[in-house]
Amino acid sequence: MSKILMGDIACALAAVDAGLKFYAGYPITPSSEIAEALSELLPKHKGIYLQMEDEIGSIMAAIGASYAGYPSMTATSGPGFSLMQEAIGYAAMAEIPVTIIDVMRAGPATGLATQIGEGDLMQAIWGTHGDHPVLVFSPGNVREFYIYTQKALFWAEKLRVPAVVLADEVIGHMKENVELPEPIKIPERRIPDVKPEQYLPYAAVDGDVVPLPPLGSGYLWHMTGSAHGEDGFPTIRPDRVKALLDRLISKTVKHHNELVEYEAYMLDDAEVLVVSFASMGRVSKGVVKELRDRGVKVGLLTPLTMWPFFAPELRAVVDKLNPKKIVVPEINYGQLRILVEWALRGTSVPVIGVNLVNGDLIPPEMIEEAILHG
Amino acid sequence: MADRIPLSKAPERWIRKKYLPHIWCPGCGLGTVLRQLVEQFEKLGWNNDEVVVVTGIGCTGRASGYVNAQTIHTIHGRALPTATGIKMARPDMHVVSLLGDGDGVGIGGNHFIHAAKRNIGITAIVVNNRIYGMTGGQASPTTPTGTKSSTTPYGNLEPSMDISKLAFGAGATFVARAHTANPVYLGQVIRRALEHDGFAVVEVLSQCPTYFGRYTGMPDPVEMVKWFQENTFMAKSPYDEQEDKIPVGVFRDDKNFRELSKAYRALWEE
Repeated sequence: MSKILMGDIACALAAVDAGLKFYAGYPITPSSEIAEALSELLPKHKGIYLQMEDEIGSIMAAIGASYAGYPSMTATSGPGFSLMQEAIGYAAMAEIPVTIIDVMRAGPATGLATQIGEGDLMQAIWGTHGDHPVLVFSPGNVREFYIYTQKALFWAEKLRVPAVVLADEVIGHMKENVELPEPIKIPERRIPDVKPEQYLPYAAVDGDVVPLPPLGSGYLWHMTGSAHGEDGFPTIRPDRVKALLDRLISKTVKHHNELVEYEAYMLDDAEVLVVSFASMGRVSKGVVKELRDRGVKVGLLTPLTMWPFFAPELRAVVDKLNPKKIVVPEINYGQLRILVEWALRGTSVPVIGVNLVNGDLIPPEMIEEAILHG
Repeated sequence: MADRIPLSKAPERWIRKKYLPHIWCPGCGLGTVLRQLVEQFEKLGWNNDEVVVVTGIGCTGRASGYVNAQTIHTIHGRALPTATGIKMARPDMHVVSLLGDGDGVGIGGNHFIHAAKRNIGITAIVVNNRIYGMTGGQASPTTPTGTKSSTTPYGNLEPSMDISKLAFGAGATFVARAHTANPVYLGQVIRRALEHDGFAVVEVLSQCPTYFGRYTGMPDPVEMVKWFQENTFMAKSPYDEQEDKIPVGVFRDDKNFRELSKAYRALWEE
């Protein structure tokens, strides 16, 4: 069934359709419509909407509810996302599933509260202190906002990691006629295979996380953000700390192929490759199509999973096409470009940034100019 | 020398013996508080898996690890929002949060105010030793004016925060203050707080001989406990005054407000 939907509303619907049971948030433009929609929808689905006193409280309440068995998420924009960083590290360390929607606006600080930015990419990947696993998805239109909200919720639960959806103001506020796909359901929690006395919350089985037991079922485990052993109790023993962190980091690496998604567009015989994400991915698509119509050999790669980064996949495309250059349009000063350059380290393909942060989408002419003459 | 109070053995099913000895300093008041807490769990006949204990960071933050229940050690200042999420998801759980003064009303002060305002069914026990102990004796929000600490070498210039008045003003439906010099009374107050259906605050004046004692010339825990006995009085309100003493007692026990997680369930039915 097709519907005319605003991006933020599609995100809220996606969450409810996936089986979300708990949302806590704090109002902030351009994400507030997600909260408003969920405040209406969740009680009708025996779920809970809670407006918290700030974004730190919001994500911690979501983590608490998730621990208690309610699939949870929160939504925010740059300033709130900054406040959530410590808690994202906590969710990674304590291995509690939580999804964070960041509808990006231009920063830093209050920046441009109602206008687009794409400057939260590095923060989404590296924002909290210490090395940690995190998943970052980035939709480029309303339909993808629906899909990747559900994928974030799904993978957060499956891997017991924090997952971030990086939308932006244009995607959040744009209305489109969309055909919604079959929903992806959040996996149900199962009772651990072992008895309460034997349950080790942080012991991996075949490298994967163990199930989180329901409250009230006899499992009396301890959860902490401190370095801990398999039993969850704090430890400073070097071997146990290393084992914990090695395993945490390996969680996303291990599932790279299932997690990484990207769109390849008009790559055949492309001499120039454009790499772009979120709303700029969509603008770039229009530019590539128009230039192809004019006979210019240009193609586009749009990562939909930003972390883990599609480095090997990008590398394979570049090795095959051997393009003259790579153009990276983004509404920041080169955050995606750094990742592209890192993925292509050792090659001699020039990577050209198209960067503009002024509250608007980057005009197609600027991208075209970089493709043709950059 | 203070009179020795004969105590029975702590109820063993509530303590994770394999994680003992605990990390607290000799003479710390936290053992008294924890023991009174688990004794009330036992007296109330609760099952271990009906209880969720949520703590933040600091000396008090480590308390959750020693309780044989469903326990969570969160990040600094964020025990209450975490507990709020848990209680909203599972109103059938007894959710208890142990906070220090820095954790509870310093870094977590905003959450404290709003948990009180929401009347969410959490028992918040704020162990007030008037100093940051874990980090080495820095001034906390409740450090008295004029008191020296590792960061107020010339004496604290700021007025100290009154946790009970804060809870009272923020609308907590149960507010009490007790101290470690009278563990029996402390236990009684904690029990009433645990039975309260709403946000319940118990402020516990507790001794930190290692840091607060060192800086105030009371390094002997017995002396500090005695100080509590001599400098407190039973009162009906946190605003009651008697010389320079600190009011102690149950200041509010109001059953007329609906607990939030239950109110939400009622919304489902409508």
